[in-house]
Amino acid sequence: MTKIVKYILLDILKNKIVLGYTLFLFAITFSVFSLEDNTQKGMLSLLNLILFIVPLVCIIFSTIYIYNSSEFIELLVSQPIKRKSIWLSIFVGLASALSLAFTVGAGIPVLIYEPSATGMTMMLMGLLISIIFVAIAMLAAVSTRDKAKGIGFSILLWIYFSLLFDGLVLFLLFQFADYPLEKAMIVISGLNPIDLGRILILLKMDVSALMGYTGAVFKSFYGTEMGLIISIFVMFLWAAIPLLFSLKKFNRKDL
Amino acid sequence: MIEAKNVCKSFGKLKVLNDVSFKSSAGQCIALIGPNGCGKTTFIKSILGMVVSDSGSIYILGKDIAGGWEYRDVIGYMPQVGRYPENMKIGQVIEMLTDIRQSETTTDDDLINAFGLKQLYNKRMGTLSGGTMQKVSASIAFLFQPQILILDEPTAGLDPVASEVLKEKVLAEKEKGKLILITSHILSELDELVSHILYMQDGSILLYKTLSDIKEETGETKLSRAIAHFMTNKK
Repeated sequence: MTKIVKYILLDILKNKIVLGYTLFLFAITFSVFSLEDNTQKGMLSLLNLILFIVPLVCIIFSTIYIYNSSEFIELLVSQPIKRKSIWLSIFVGLASALSLAFTVGAGIPVLIYEPSATGMTMMLMGLLISIIFVAIAMLAAVSTRDKAKGIGFSILLWIYFSLLFDGLVLFLLFQFADYPLEKAMIVISGLNPIDLGRILILLKMDVSALMGYTGAVFKSFYGTEMGLIISIFVMFLWAAIPLLFSLKKFNRKDL
Repeated sequence: MIEAKNVCKSFGKLKVLNDVSFKSSAGQCIALIGPNGCGKTTFIKSILGMVVSDSGSIYILGKDIAGGWEYRDVIGYMPQVGRYPENMKIGQVIEMLTDIRQSETTTDDDLINAFGLKQLYNKRMGTLSGGTMQKVSASIAFLFQPQILILDEPTAGLDPVASEVLKEKVLAEKEKGKLILITSHILSELDELVSHILYMQDGSILLYKTLSDIKEETGETKLSRAIAHFMTNKK
């Protein structure tokens, strides 16, 4: 399996897009920090940018890459190689390439300007979200043969996680404003890995007071060690479950 | 070496393989023939595990292939239309497969040399012509000295010299006692190669006999005529 990962990684790194993504992250991270004289403010702007761009690039690039490597997959499937190793190698290749891009692109400026616990949390969340969205892309790509449909599905998923989900949550909050929803919000926030990442970083920034009473509830849950472990575990599930489903589908797929 | 038992496969409503059963052993060279869309390629792909059959089972060297992958070590497959990563070079593809397979047997470079592929090693797969692509596919199929060779329309798109080279190679491998499965629509070229005929229609096997039996039954000396004779009698 390591050999297949090696070929996939080489292929991805040859691709100029990952290099461009790295440079792009590097450029925006640097410029955000140099625009603000207060690094805390810089971190806040960066947080929103990263939580917007990283899932988008990861899910779209991975979906297109999987469709474009259909020949490679077909070639390997007729060889004495487990289907599972082929699929997992693609996952490992994509996830490590995009994580590397994130670490280099956003990590270096963050380390220079904000080498604190907040900076580290942001790095960890960025990496987790990269991996999660690669896994979601694998599921989207294996679900349909049609490339246009698959990419469209990925874009819809991204819109859902980045925009629609928050809208739905706000709608729920207003509709049920008379009820105590603070505890329920903890569960609901676990349904979206981007939100989970955002909350964990915001709590580290001590701006949770801005979030009102819900913020206090979040703090009392996610602020504890137990809460942190649970939320990282939930994010891990967000990567593992789509990956396992996609693997199951790939094992039965006709090529 | 290959045994299929009641294999069925549908794509949606279309039944492509309908209760296919057959058995073959080493040293045979089987021609898999039949009209377009009769399920030849699907049958081959289910032997390779590229298509997962709905029911029934396939045994290679006595082992059920369901969920297995090691068995593909003994199979060399030449697809009807080779699909390769477009930005890899011929040399890289061959190198990669050799690297990934790590077979203990030495590789068989006969076809690579005979087709003069070494001079083209730096060409990207995306720029190759259909015929050159077929040459690459053929070379890869024979590369790891497999016991079973599955060739899906091997000579389609090859120039006369190259198809002669390939036929010679198939004959040589047949002499070594390997099992060879060929699909083709050019019956005249199968005449000199095959020992058995497997005729499929609408997803079922209609005929599975030795070449000499068929010729004897129909009283024809040429395979194409014998098959035509057989087909008209069938109707």
